[in-house]
Amino acid sequence: MTVFQCVLFGFLIVCAVSVSFSKNLLNSVLIYMSFSLIMSIVWVTLQSPDLAITEAAVGAGITSLLFFATLKKIRAIDTRGEQEEKEVFPGLNEKNIGEEVSRRE
Amino acid sequence: MSKLKPQKEYEKTRSFRFQRWLGGSRDPYVGQIEMQPQTPMEMPELTIQERLRDSQAVRDKVYDIENNKKLNLFRRIYVLAAIVYCAGLAVILLAMVASLPPTGEANRPVNNEVSARYIENGLQETGAVNIVTGMILDYRAFDTFGESNVLFAATTTVLILLHMKKKKNKEGKVEEIESDRLLEPKQDAILQASATVLVPIIILFGIYVILNGHLSPGGGFSGGAIIGAGLILYLSAFGFEKAKKLFTEKLYKGVSFTALTTYCLAKSYSFFTGANHLESHIPLGTPGAILSSGLILLLNICVGMVVACTMYTFYVMFRKGDF
Amino acid sequence: MENLFRNYGEAIAMILFIIGFANLLLHKNLIKKIIGLNIMDSAIYLFLAEKGYIAGRGVPIVVDGVQSVEAYINPIPSGLVLTGIVVSVSVSALMLSLTIRLYRRYHTLDLDEISTLLKKEGV
Repeated sequence: MTVFQCVLFGFLIVCAVSVSFSKNLLNSVLIYMSFSLIMSIVWVTLQSPDLAITEAAVGAGITSLLFFATLKKIRAIDTRGEQEEKEVFPGLNEKNIGEEVSRRE
Repeated sequence: MSKLKPQKEYEKTRSFRFQRWLGGSRDPYVGQIEMQPQTPMEMPELTIQERLRDSQAVRDKVYDIENNKKLNLFRRIYVLAAIVYCAGLAVILLAMVASLPPTGEANRPVNNEVSARYIENGLQETGAVNIVTGMILDYRAFDTFGESNVLFAATTTVLILLHMKKKKNKEGKVEEIESDRLLEPKQDAILQASATVLVPIIILFGIYVILNGHLSPGGGFSGGAIIGAGLILYLSAFGFEKAKKLFTEKLYKGVSFTALTTYCLAKSYSFFTGANHLESHIPLGTPGAILSSGLILLLNICVGMVVACTMYTFYVMFRKGDF
Repeated sequence: MENLFRNYGEAIAMILFIIGFANLLLHKNLIKKIIGLNIMDSAIYLFLAEKGYIAGRGVPIVVDGVQSVEAYINPIPSGLVLTGIVVSVSVSALMLSLTIRLYRRYHTLDLDEISTLLKKEGV
């Protein structure tokens, strides 16, 4: 049991470190989801199945869903702004916003 | 409306005022509490050109490292101080762990007479086979009541923060404030077919976990979260329109209010009969049967309903901003 | 030092706590800060559950009417952590909704940009 537990703890630390080093927000949310799943297996090895069920349903399920919904909402707010911007500056992308604005002045 | 009294007389009674308060037509505290409506903040309506220039200017200002030595220095000192602080905290915490008694042994000071009492007398006093459930819903039921209220308060705050009223534009059409609803998933055949099979099974499993909370691992919290996840799957598979028929704001209000009130009344009963939870007048039944262990089954159902409603409301508020 | 290796579960919990705390301090992105706070939560729960664990004993569910203390682990940390997990969800939902409100107003997730914009507004 101890070897299994040590492997799980290693996974936990790898997940926690790679959350902060991943560039993409969606990636880090997914890594956090796997962190929660590994945590729920750790609860089983610690003889508390109550916690395992709750962590799997709440931590891995609902929390990650809320993060996904937040990312989606942020994208929705962004796309609304971008549509307006595209109406004013056709052919705009992220890099040339500054040039475009200064040129139009 | 009362059939016994005329309308004018009825309006003076308490039940009329209670009905009006429940219906939300008038706030009874208006004029009694020092409460002023917030003045709407004046936001200068920027054109898009101005807004773009603003955001670009802010980005330039924040990340202008070459020309801003003070900011650069502050940032370096901040990172350095944060790393030093974390390292110091790590050393302190690991030294604390090193001086703790070894893990996994029975004679640690944590395993004292309280847990021994719960294990040895729990089955006789609460009737629950699962000692953890017996503990959190009988010996420490007041704690769990507070926690259900925390969930309710969190839902209320999220409702205040994210609720969006529908604006009507000139043509009388309901305008979509955020285009998120336009990003609603298209009618996906595979997702719908699998959701048709999965949603009833998930909700049934959640009900099973709630009802067997005192016999097996699980209980109100985990079962409620599972039911909430099933409802969320239904919402994302079949779209907002169908889910609106299933789960309305009225249902949310009714279910949360009923569950919290039932919990409160059920536990106040035990406080009135001595408050030490020992002399319960409710028969405990045979341990191992579904209908056993006194009030625990009822409390589990209440907690499960509150948690399921909370989880679903969180998701709906994040996605739509409306029920 | 050997005590540290014997208490490896608690040591791992503390290391996870530090990782989450560093995440909270050093990142500028609000969503990553919230993930760091969730990792700190999980670390504390792991620490509490390790305290109640006793090697060689079983789940605290009465089987065959055996009710001696020698048969089961300590049920108190399990009960405390069970309520904590559910509260942590509502905390993160609250923080995420505040993040959405901030994004709707300032159109950025970067904390430095938000504070610059706040200074500009004179708050």
